[in-house]
This record gives sequence, C-alpha cells and structure tokens, in this order.
Amino acid sequence: MWIYEKKLQYPVRVSKCDPRLAKFLIEQYGGADGELAAALRYLNQRYTVPDKVIGVLNDIGTEEFAHLEMIATMVYKLTKDATPHQMKEAGLVGHYADHDKALFYHNAAGVPWTATYIQAKGDPIADLYEDIAAEEKARATYQWLIDMTDDPDLRDGLKFLREREIIHSLRFRECVEILKEEQDRKKVF
Amino acid sequence: MSEHNKLPESYYRLLHELQAVDFVLVELALYLNTHPDDLAAVEQHNAFAVKKQQLKAQFDAEFGPLQQFGNSPVGVPYTWKEAPWPWQV
Repeated sequence: MWIYEKKLQYPVRVSKCDPRLAKFLIEQYGGADGELAAALRYLNQRYTVPDKVIGVLNDIGTEEFAHLEMIATMVYKLTKDATPHQMKEAGLVGHYADHDKALFYHNAAGVPWTATYIQAKGDPIADLYEDIAAEEKARATYQWLIDMTDDPDLRDGLKFLREREIIHSLRFRECVEILKEEQDRKKVF
Repeated sequence: MSEHNKLPESYYRLLHELQAVDFVLVELALYLNTHPDDLAAVEQHNAFAVKKQQLKAQFDAEFGPLQQFGNSPVGVPYTWKEAPWPWQV
C-alpha cells in the first residue's frame, strides 16, 4: 500500500517553454536507466532478497516514484505551452503525432520502455550489483542532461536527482557488505 | 488546463518547509536501513517525524488535504480532488 502526498519531493521550476529540453529529459522517464525502470526493478526484487536488505529496496523503490513524478513535471512544464510547430522544431513530431502533449514511457530516441531493461536474478548479490550499476548509469545520465541544459531552474532539479543517485548507490553498496558479513559469519562455526 | 499563479506566497513557503523536513526523513530512513543501531539517527528521525506531523496539520488546515485515504481531514465539497496538483504549481 502506498499513500500519495500532494507535493513533489523537491521543487521543480522551469524558466520557459522549451520542448527541445523535454525531448532529452524523457530519457529519465522511460529510458533504460530512468526512474520508471529503477522503481519497478527495486520493488520487484524486494520479494526475494534477504530480510536484512528488503527495507533498502522497498524505500529506494518508493523514492524512485517521487523522482519519476519530478521528471514528469519537468517534461510537462517544458511542453505544456508549446505549439505543434514548436514540438516539430524540437524533433518531437513523432511523439506529437501519436501522443499530442501527453507523456509517454519512451526514451530520448522514442523507443518505448520495456521490462527487458531490468532484471531480477533471485541472487541477492547479482541483483544488488545490478542496482548499484543502475544508480551509477542514472547518475551519469543526469550529468549529461545537466551539461546539455541552459535553464538554471531546471539544472537545480536535475542536480538534486543526480545527488540522490549517489546516495542510493552508497546504500546498495552497504547492502552488499551486510550480506557478505552475514555469509562470512555463517562459515565460522 | 488550469493555471495556479494565484497561490499565495505562504503556500510555497509552507510547501518548501515541508519538503525540507521530509527530505531529512527520507535521508534518515534510507540511512537507518543500513545503520539500524545508530541511536542519534533514530532520535533525529523521531524528532523530525513530530515536526513533519505539525507541518502536515498546518498544511491540511490552510491548503486542503496533503494525503489521501483518510490520512488528512477533507472538506465539502470533497477537497482532496481539488487542484492544484504537484505538477501544476
């Protein structure tokens, strides 16, 4: 069960209508290393990991939905006042033809989201290493997005999200250490 | 689509205060999952949880329900479904 809070995790401000920026930000909405993939990956893996690390997967998975909502808000605000001509100019003609200005889970190149982006191996170390890699890839993507963005308000929100990837990666690394420690303890008897 | 430029300055002030306190709570929650014996962090978590409840009650009273499903009081006509939604402000 989840309870919705009528607020974003961190304020999202956008200086002006700019569908060009929305086109590449959508990578973190429906891309391989995006927030949807992250949320679904962790919340699915949590059923079969050891009790000691379920809380981490549960809570980080939950936070990812707050990040998904922040990215959606960025895309929505960047495109809501755009004319069909501006959407076309921004390279969003394919998106516009199918979705108007509705959001859709696809990456920056328009490829729809797929469950093949994520894995659940049933092996906690394998799953946690995938999770660490996912966070590092998302962090790198956020850096590229920040580098390509000239809107200072938008950069602020993207920097917040980049920093969260670093914390999540750290927590997953700690999970690996916790499981290794437990395994070592079992050998000594 | 409705515009919500008429929201008072106090809405944004309280929202930001809530976001700041909730950020501390999310950070501590993630930290405590891997550092469960850190007494100072547990105490900090519980102190901020109290602060969060105070701010939430203030937000509920001034700007309508912050949470759904019975976690915030609602008014007539049903205030939960009223804009603004987070992506509109």
